[in-house]
Amino acid sequence: MSTDNNRPIKRTKTGLTILLLALLCWGSAIRTDASLTTLINGLPQMGDLLIEMVPPDIQYFSDIIKPMLDTIRMALIGATLGALLAFPCALFSANNLFPKFITIPTRFVLNLLRTIPDLLLAAIFVAIFGIGLIPGIFALTLFSFGIIAKLTYESMEAIDNGPLEAMTAVGANKTQWITYGVIPQIAAPFAAYFLYSFEINVRAAAILGLVGAGGVGIMFDHTLKLLQYAQTSMLILLTLIVVVLIDFITTKVREQLL
Amino acid sequence: MNMNIETQTSLPTPPKKKRLKGIIIFAVVIAIYVWAFSGVPVAEIRDTAGIKSIFSGLFHPDWDYVYLPDGEDLLRGLLDTLSIAVLGTFISAVLCIPFAFWASNSMNRFRPVAGTGKFSLSFIRTFPELVLALLFIKAVGPGSFAGVLALGIHSIGMLGKLYSEAIETIDLGPTEALTASGASRFQVLWFAVIPQVIPAFISFALYRFEINIRAASILGMIGAGGIGTPLIFALNARDWDRVGIILFGIIIMVTLIDSISGAIRKRIV
Repeated sequence: MSTDNNRPIKRTKTGLTILLLALLCWGSAIRTDASLTTLINGLPQMGDLLIEMVPPDIQYFSDIIKPMLDTIRMALIGATLGALLAFPCALFSANNLFPKFITIPTRFVLNLLRTIPDLLLAAIFVAIFGIGLIPGIFALTLFSFGIIAKLTYESMEAIDNGPLEAMTAVGANKTQWITYGVIPQIAAPFAAYFLYSFEINVRAAAILGLVGAGGVGIMFDHTLKLLQYAQTSMLILLTLIVVVLIDFITTKVREQLL
Repeated sequence: MNMNIETQTSLPTPPKKKRLKGIIIFAVVIAIYVWAFSGVPVAEIRDTAGIKSIFSGLFHPDWDYVYLPDGEDLLRGLLDTLSIAVLGTFISAVLCIPFAFWASNSMNRFRPVAGTGKFSLSFIRTFPELVLALLFIKAVGPGSFAGVLALGIHSIGMLGKLYSEAIETIDLGPTEALTASGASRFQVLWFAVIPQVIPAFISFALYRFEINIRAASILGMIGAGGIGTPLIFALNARDWDRVGIILFGIIIMVTLIDSISGAIRKRIV
């Protein structure tokens, strides 16, 4: 009986949700000037572009290998500095280690930091330090700091409380408590999160150059502006290879760790 | 006697092979870091006066920019960004469904078919959305529509993967029951598979929407519409109080969207 009564209500609810979604998409389409005719008219142009991209300009490889290595450098150093900053911050955000009046403000700062897009951080650091690798490194440091700290404090809250209680019982102080009770349990996942953020950083670092933060990103814009599409495709190809390779290596290392 | 003591003390220490492995790993890590840091120039701040104006600008945002009667203000920029993310997510959530069925092991009798599907999804994923946006700008001109297309195509990679995993974990009981009672392939899909995966699909689409909001807010920096365009203008002009208000707007919007979509996701799953 009751299911029969609920059915029309449920159906209207679904109908209203679909209507709302349709309205949202329709409004967005108007707002963004989305039109199929533009797309269909533009597609041949994009087709030409894709045809010009094949084959990639192999000789361009010698020009982009150095920026590509810079990109990997930025990603690695950014992830490392980020991880170093993230560890103490994660400790202060874990509810089972510190009281609420410390964890809530720390978490608030972390949440705030994670809402800022990486490219925007890079653009601000470019204004401070000038064009080059340094702003990219600092942007990626903050970016990976946010990610690693969040993931780490979540696993800290899930650690086994047994050793901690045992240490409290024998009168250990806070430093000993963290060194011998928390760190051994958190080391492996922490290393895994570091590798994960390195992986993300490589992808992010490849585009940071668009705002002047060093690495391979600036070449995307240059080659497209100079209409050297074969060089663009070489860039895309090299980026793909590097990303896939680094994903593969970090996945293997992570499997060893966990 | 002596021999005995030596064998006893050597027992707790790790075998030579393992210690050697540790040393090699340590050396490799050190070498990688030496290589990484050797290529980095020394950090030097360009002008200290600039820093002061940056911070005073960021902490005293240009409130007048929130709403200007004659267009091109913060609210309209954020609305554009929101529209790009909504439409981009919707397009990818629809387009990725065939990919998801293609890439899921449970829907294909032959494993290699699903393998090619998984490969094409990871191929799409490796294209950064900004590079896609640069390409679409070439096709449809600069503006929000290029951003929509870039997000729509890029998101297929991740959504397709998550969707295909959701399809793989469904309960096969209803599917088998329908097949046994003589339902067609389409009927099985419609009455046994789709109802089971809809909640997961919606939840993943919302999650991707949260990511797309962040992505859409920077697409404008390369000319693909949204709040990024006034942001890069303000950055280039060193108009720090305007950068401050745009940053503030982005943070508020992202936080709001995250909490709304998080609340909806909690109710669905």
